[in-house]
Amino acid sequence: MEEPVNARERILSRVRTALGRDRASTITSKLPAVLLAPGTQTDLIHRFRTRLELLNGVTYEAANLSECRAFVAQIAGGRRVWVSSGIPELADLHSATTIDEAEVGITGADYALADTGTLVTFAASDERRASLLPPVHIAILLETRILSGLDELLSAHSRPSEITSSMVLITGPSRTGDIEQILVRGVHGPGELHVVVINDGSPRLSA
Amino acid sequence: MSGTLIKISETLADSSLQSALYKATGRLISHRKAAIDPQVLDNYQELRSHANAVKKHTIENLDHYLEQFERQVAANGGKVVYCENNEEAADFIISIAKQQSARLIVKSKSMTTEELHLNDWLQKHGLETVETDLGEYIIQLAGETPYHIVAPAMHMTRYDVADIFTEHLGIEREEVPEKQTMIARAVLRDKFLRADIGITGANFLIADSGAVVLVENEGNARLTSTMPKVHIAVAGIEKMLPRAQDLGVFLKLLGRSATGQPLTSYTSFLSGPRRENEADGPDEFYVVLIDNGRTRLLENPERRQSLYCIRCGACLNHCPVYRKIGGHSYPWVYSGPIGAILSPQFHGVERDAWLPYASSLCGACGEVCPVKIEIPKLLLELRSEVVEKAPRSALERLAMKAYAFTMTRPFLYALAGRFLRLAAKLPIPNGWTQERDLPTMPKRSFREEWKSL
Repeated sequence: MEEPVNARERILSRVRTALGRDRASTITSKLPAVLLAPGTQTDLIHRFRTRLELLNGVTYEAANLSECRAFVAQIAGGRRVWVSSGIPELADLHSATTIDEAEVGITGADYALADTGTLVTFAASDERRASLLPPVHIAILLETRILSGLDELLSAHSRPSEITSSMVLITGPSRTGDIEQILVRGVHGPGELHVVVINDGSPRLSA
Repeated sequence: MSGTLIKISETLADSSLQSALYKATGRLISHRKAAIDPQVLDNYQELRSHANAVKKHTIENLDHYLEQFERQVAANGGKVVYCENNEEAADFIISIAKQQSARLIVKSKSMTTEELHLNDWLQKHGLETVETDLGEYIIQLAGETPYHIVAPAMHMTRYDVADIFTEHLGIEREEVPEKQTMIARAVLRDKFLRADIGITGANFLIADSGAVVLVENEGNARLTSTMPKVHIAVAGIEKMLPRAQDLGVFLKLLGRSATGQPLTSYTSFLSGPRRENEADGPDEFYVVLIDNGRTRLLENPERRQSLYCIRCGACLNHCPVYRKIGGHSYPWVYSGPIGAILSPQFHGVERDAWLPYASSLCGACGEVCPVKIEIPKLLLELRSEVVEKAPRSALERLAMKAYAFTMTRPFLYALAGRFLRLAAKLPIPNGWTQERDLPTMPKRSFREEWKSL
């Protein structure tokens, strides 16, 4: 047999030879069924808030958009704010000229996971940089979007790539322990994470 | 070996390093233990078995999943490139850098690129590559290699970091870790904003989605994969998982086994460049798939399980040998028990024949492995390969034959026992008993006792 010319062919051919498989490339052993648990549906908002607060996140409950706006204004406290294009409802709070100089970034959250205190953000809904560059991140979350955990998220979206090029799970502030295992927050991402939960039962922010 | 011996004795003699190493690994051990407690995770063992089964299946059908992954990445607008080794990987990255007229590359922590010495290759071609994980940044400035798979600067104190920062950053001496971290943040933030290319590793590759999954705490992997125009993920071919849904099992195991976190601060699921409806993200997305010896490991059905490793570092933390000799005593970037089974298989057992013996065979590594790699068993297998391949003296061969001859003949065995009980009373030359005591021999053997019962 001739030695394949490119690395791709060479590597794939070595893989097949080593595994005793041929080019047809069909699956020869059974792929184990997906292992995802349904999760507990009770008390989602309480569980989410408790978990996130354990990680030093700060949470708020707002009855409607105007209460939410008041919380956000209070947290931002006159600092330079960058509002993600994904939440036009709060666009008037935008005050930074560039995102590099923003002190507070505001985004939505597509979902939250109660078991771990996690926010789920899709690039299709929010600017990736807005939850990443400013030292303070404020996320606006609808209570109806809180899921029990990772398993429920992956059951709802078996292929996140169909919706977005980037799904990021955010579980608490940015942190490191690289120097003597001393916990330091805000090493590269935001050191402060605030989540305002709107519990008016609406499926959309502006509703 | 002699360099290694020096490193080992240096590490053993350094009492502050010994205590730091013991404390740091000890803390990781207790964090993991708390995170897998049945009170908080009721199906840990089920998850391990499942992870093992998924990995076994994936590795046994790896070519299928590689091709599926490749198609999905292309469908997402990205590109997969296969590379045999570091030279090919560097060539590819250099070609992209030329296209982009790139000068500056930011990198997030990746053991695969450490394995390839990618930074050296890129720097030789005039490309500035900056490590951005805090620990990696510190050791890059110091010109060292990672001490631990998940905690690269585990062996350094705040004073070491102060020395390194003062020397390399030209700043006033700073000894407070919080402030040191903020200094690194400021220096690296500037790099993130100016970099043309971001290189990451991949914790997982997802075949059905064409996605790269990055697991981290600092946010530097997010910055590396978000800010520059080009994102290149470099990963070994074995990092594959068939489905996005498999993350339900693997993410639960990885964070808990590594640092005791149910989920780390950030998990990025990245599939391709920025899309039309998206505000930001890279314009180009490449996945460089590396062989670098992995296909050789696939050949042996027993040993290919070494490729299931998800690089959590739990086996290092729990290894009584690693905890004494530290990460720099191992000959390759992968240290600890996993390093002791990977290195001989990548480089041949002859190169570091002592490695499979760097274990007390206590079994802790196998017990804590989240994907159930049978590390102790593989260590034994590799030991027997060492013995098979090593040239043995005629005397040793003769002694072994005599031993086998005696052991298979009860009469001779009893006679030899009686003889040795007497011989043990004689002084032993070579100073063998200077630092150890021989056990006191019983007057009668077990077999004799048994008969008289």
